[in-house]
Amino acid sequence: MSEHDDTGSPNARLVKRLLLGVGGMFAFGFALVPLYDVICDVTGLNGKGRTQDQYVLTEGLAPEVDEQREITMQFTVHGELVDDWKFRPSERAMVIRPGEMKRISYTVTNPYDHAVTTQAIPSVAPNVASGYLNKIECFCFEEQVLEPGQTVEMPLQFFVDPELPERVSKLTLAYRLYDISENKPAVASNR
Amino acid sequence: MSAAAHAIDHHHGPARGISRWLFTTNHKDIGTLYLWFSLAMFFLGGTFAMVIRAELFQPGLQFVDPNFFNQMTTMHGLVMVFGAVMPAFVGLANWMIPLMIGAPDMALPRMNNWSFWILPFAFLLMVSTLFMDGGGPNFGWTFYAPLSTTYAPDSVTFFIFAVHIMGASSIMGAINVIATILNMRAPGMTLMKMPLFVWTWLITAYLLLAVMPVLAGVVTMMLFDIHFGTSFFDAAGGGDPVLFQHLFWFFGHPEVYIMILPAFGIVSAIIPTFARKRLFGYDSMVYATASIAFLSFIVWAHHMFTVGMPLAGQLFFMYSTMLIAVPTGVKVFNWMSTMFKGSMTFETPMLFAIAFVVLFTLGGFTGIMLAIVPLDFQYHDSYFVVAHFHYVLVPGAIFSLMAAAYYWLPKWTGNMYDETLGKLHFWLSFIGVNVLFFPQHFLGLAGMPRRIPDYALQFADFNWISSVGGFLFGASQLVFLFVVIKCIRGGKKATDQVWEGAEGLEWTVPSPAPYHTFETPPDPKLIKAQ
Repeated sequence: MSEHDDTGSPNARLVKRLLLGVGGMFAFGFALVPLYDVICDVTGLNGKGRTQDQYVLTEGLAPEVDEQREITMQFTVHGELVDDWKFRPSERAMVIRPGEMKRISYTVTNPYDHAVTTQAIPSVAPNVASGYLNKIECFCFEEQVLEPGQTVEMPLQFFVDPELPERVSKLTLAYRLYDISENKPAVASNR
Repeated sequence: MSAAAHAIDHHHGPARGISRWLFTTNHKDIGTLYLWFSLAMFFLGGTFAMVIRAELFQPGLQFVDPNFFNQMTTMHGLVMVFGAVMPAFVGLANWMIPLMIGAPDMALPRMNNWSFWILPFAFLLMVSTLFMDGGGPNFGWTFYAPLSTTYAPDSVTFFIFAVHIMGASSIMGAINVIATILNMRAPGMTLMKMPLFVWTWLITAYLLLAVMPVLAGVVTMMLFDIHFGTSFFDAAGGGDPVLFQHLFWFFGHPEVYIMILPAFGIVSAIIPTFARKRLFGYDSMVYATASIAFLSFIVWAHHMFTVGMPLAGQLFFMYSTMLIAVPTGVKVFNWMSTMFKGSMTFETPMLFAIAFVVLFTLGGFTGIMLAIVPLDFQYHDSYFVVAHFHYVLVPGAIFSLMAAAYYWLPKWTGNMYDETLGKLHFWLSFIGVNVLFFPQHFLGLAGMPRRIPDYALQFADFNWISSVGGFLFGASQLVFLFVVIKCIRGGKKATDQVWEGAEGLEWTVPSPAPYHTFETPPDPKLIKAQ
């Protein structure tokens, strides 16, 4: 605020400045929301693995397979829908080599007599590995609509980047399935 | 208000009847309103605590069902934090800051009236939820989403609006304090001559301005998630529950310093008076307060070590948290040095102040234990945490408020309080608070989780001891109420200085302090270096 400002008493000027600060902090609170996502993406915290558009495949699709290394890959599912909806991966675990393209599928059944919309949210442990798990094709990229009683098989295609730090020998990819029929959110998740 | 009306205003005393309190712009009236309000909330929150301790007296479900128990823990926390401790400090600020810096009133008296009078409505709104279908907030005072959004009772919307109003009240109060301190100081009252209570409140006010808007933002996001289909904290829609914790604790950690920095100021006023020595290390006290305020912004994630954080993050938040022990240590050693070789007497305010130093330090030590990441994984969400924050808040913040009340009551009322009853209140509180909270350390270390209405048999002994302490502490606060009322109604007349060793402008005005003080600035010669 300029010195020539004629908005009256020092109190009025000070209050104006302080209110500006209050407004700024209110906005900052909201700015933390996208900032948080950016930080999570950059650091791989809260890891969800990388999607196609975050990983540019160059010639010959997948990178070279590291034949010297073996990684145990585990697939878990959780959430209140797991039992009722028979949400299952086709395999609980597999041994893979870095760079190797792999494919598994998940099945889910709609137990109701009405159509439902579901969304799966992934999570990768340990955190540090999430930046190296590349999902080429995943049912978690979009919402799934299930007709009454329908069972669907949902594919997942992925590979693990050979750059994966040496100390990681076991990776867990966890999915939680949400029923979003009632409250269909505007934000389609691809993470 | 026109200049003419202003001049007339100065020549009469307070208005009569209820309108005096409804329309008052007098800092002493508003201070009094704040203090009575916070005392009422202290007893309300205390009643909730008594329900909790009664239920936990023995294993099994005795008196209340688990859902109501959860509402009690939630409301106890919210009422005590936002209704008792914070308004009490604002009340003291209203009463004492103008008197301490030689100002005729607060800088923004009309806003002052408003910032108080919206507060009762906020709490009416919040407490009324207890009588609604589905009950009141039952998700803990930290209201983690999605527990407080997807799984919350319908009344959560009332809670959200109540928090909005409380936030607005706090922000207005903080703006008023800053404007008063920066613009209304008497000639000669330089910043580094201000009493420490004024300094700590100045810094607290800035903390309030910085974090209350973030809290308002968080509850607004909750409102949107609940009613407008957004997914800030809903994983199914691409949101993140952990984001809630980050946002909440970005507010929440500075908030704990909002509740303790003014207490530091009070204790720094009382100890020199009764040790009859100047405060040791005034400058270092100011800088320590500022350091604590700064550090409070970069330690928030120590509340959420268990959410799954990278090692680097855990180390950063662990070390920055431990760093707070340094400026806090400066303060504790300064208080000890002030007492060292002083001619100490042990009137009630001094007893509370010394108990504050000892017990707050104890609470600080358990805080350092909790800051250690691997230990925190064990202590997280256990009764050890409950013991820790009650040690810093009850014999910390609350004891400082009690000390302040006894210290300044003679100035407010013109009468000395009953010293015997005051000492009785102190000793009952001191014993009660330790019997209440000390065993909770052991319960936590043994693995008892917080916020549960029932527990495994091996926790029974320490729980009944804790409950007995709770009832003793609760009942002894009635002694305080009695002492205050008795002091208002009469007693030995207080001198202007009240305490032999008291120094500062507030002791140069008559007792009781007249309705208007320092309409002409005090003689600069009265303003001494600290």
